Amino acid sequence: MEFLSYLINGISLGSVYAIIALGYTMVYGIAKMLNFAHGDVIMVGSYLVFIGINQMGIPPLVAIIISMVACTLLGIIIERFAYKPLRGASSLAVLITAIGVSYLLQNLALLFWGSDPKSFTSVVTIPPLKLANGQLVISGETIVTIVTSTVIMIGLMLFVNRTKVGNAMLAVSEDKGAAQLMGINVNYTIALTFAIGSALAAVAGVLLCSAYPTLQPTTGAMPGIKAFTAAVFGGIGSIPGAMLGGVLLGIIEILSKAYISTQLADAIVFAVLIVVLLVRPTGLLGKKINEKV
Amino acid sequence: MNAIKNLKPSTCNNLINYGMVLVFYIVVQILVNAGVLNNSMQGMLVPICTYVVLAVSLNLTVGILGELSLGHAGFMSVGAFSGAIFWMISGSQMSPVVGFTLAIMIGGIFAGIFGALIGIPVLRLRGDYLAIVTLAFGEIIKNLLNAIYVGWDSNGFHFSMKDVSALGLDESGEVIVNGAIGITGMPKASTFTAGTILVIITLFVILNLITSRAGRAIMSIRDNRIAAEATGINITKYKLMAFIISASFAGMAGVLYALNFSTLAAKKFDYNTSILVLVFVVLGGIGNIRGSIIAATVLYVLPELLRELQDYRMLIYAVVLIAMMIFNQSPQVLAWRSNFVSKISRSGIAARFIKQKRQSEEV
Repeated sequence: MEFLSYLINGISLGSVYAIIALGYTMVYGIAKMLNFAHGDVIMVGSYLVFIGINQMGIPPLVAIIISMVACTLLGIIIERFAYKPLRGASSLAVLITAIGVSYLLQNLALLFWGSDPKSFTSVVTIPPLKLANGQLVISGETIVTIVTSTVIMIGLMLFVNRTKVGNAMLAVSEDKGAAQLMGINVNYTIALTFAIGSALAAVAGVLLCSAYPTLQPTTGAMPGIKAFTAAVFGGIGSIPGAMLGGVLLGIIEILSKAYISTQLADAIVFAVLIVVLLVRPTGLLGKKINEKV
Repeated sequence: MNAIKNLKPSTCNNLINYGMVLVFYIVVQILVNAGVLNNSMQGMLVPICTYVVLAVSLNLTVGILGELSLGHAGFMSVGAFSGAIFWMISGSQMSPVVGFTLAIMIGGIFAGIFGALIGIPVLRLRGDYLAIVTLAFGEIIKNLLNAIYVGWDSNGFHFSMKDVSALGLDESGEVIVNGAIGITGMPKASTFTAGTILVIITLFVILNLITSRAGRAIMSIRDNRIAAEATGINITKYKLMAFIISASFAGMAGVLYALNFSTLAAKKFDYNTSILVLVFVVLGGIGNIRGSIIAATVLYVLPELLRELQDYRMLIYAVVLIAMMIFNQSPQVLAWRSNFVSKISRSGIAARFIKQKRQSEEV
């Protein structure tokens, strides 16, 4: 019974990682860049929800929608002013710019909201679910997280595979030049990808802060790195891979915290990643690309 | 005079690098003796040397080998801890020069061993996958060092991952590494002179490596791996060589950094430190060793000079970083810049200047 509750917690944390990892992997697939600022968009989204609920007294659901819209705009602005000028430059240059954007967001948050940690009040009002005569208690946050993540994942899969715009995204990620020749607006598609990724980051931020209620300008950094790891774990660029990688990573983290060591949980997560990459160098569901001479 | 003329261009270039470091050293010494540099400025001298060594060694991996590494701080902390443990148990009883040199060497050797360990996955992975493995490695090292307890008594070393009492030390024993608190009460040993010597040694080894046969092999792997393999270059050997050398210098820099303070904790060497060094390398120019030296010095001092601006300084740093990347790397901006230069050179003064230069060259 204990194991089952750890497992459920792991799936819950993992689905948050999966939502963040989706943002990483979609942007990577389309723009071939590691968007290091993604974790900080999560932080901005959580702050906006925090301010909306605690200082302005807006109902949680409205606050979340406002935060999603704001993060979407933020994602588009970042793409337009920082990444778009560097399209066609070396990937290292784009990476350093992304790090610059990450510093920028963290320090802006520091200026606006201060460095003292805020305690985030959970947006979830559902009572915990008691199963098996109260031996297995599933908190409301866990239920909401798992349900929301599942809905988002299914929605995203349908969007990418069934709609015209989604197919355009797949086409751009496969071959930018050919997609342009087929009449796809590449710039628009890339901006849209950033917009979706950032909106998902806002949702992930709320779910994360409801479960782990401390909010600081650096809150986004560690989940960002973990989600990035999850995206690579599942095979970066692959949407089902990001989901699988995220959930597995969450389960591994919670189980190693519970049964091995709290301090070493992160080390174990990263060690598993290295082992997986040694066996499958392009991740669990990544495509193997053969180099041509 | 003839001897200078007969030098190879690469040797000249290297001599300029050494000269630059020496001039910086002499100027700083004069300023210190004249009392111009205050205490906080003097406190920055050893960290500057540390970051120069880190940036130059990371440039070997990123610029010369062409593989992105996000875990340089991991090697630095391995070196720092192994060097500092040695310094705590025996180094400080020896004469300072010998003890310090041995500590630096031990730090370098241990970091080199870890470089070889991480070098093995490097051989299988490429690009962003490699970047994430180095990042993961750095985090693993940080977590392990945060959780480890090391003690020393008459029976030798004791290790534990639990707590101090699990070490089982006898009465002569002392705790050296105390988990997340790290090492405390260390006698300081690093000086600016020692730091400068380490910088010179690093430059000597890495600059000579780059211009040697091995260095050309490493660069050929960067430029075209398949062609390099087809010419019979042993890719495994040269990649590992670059990785191990880079890691061991990072370890030595770690020892220099650790022995500059009386305490040492693993959390100092997190992923932000790796990123900071990478920023030095990229802004100094990838593959350009002199650029790394200048960038590490200037960018380390800059935030301290901007201290009056307080909270705004890191903000300015971030904006400058983004602006520099766009100005130096964006295809459109580069096209605009070359347009601008050719426009200027076609008009007036510059055109005359170029004409004169051409004429003098013809003569």
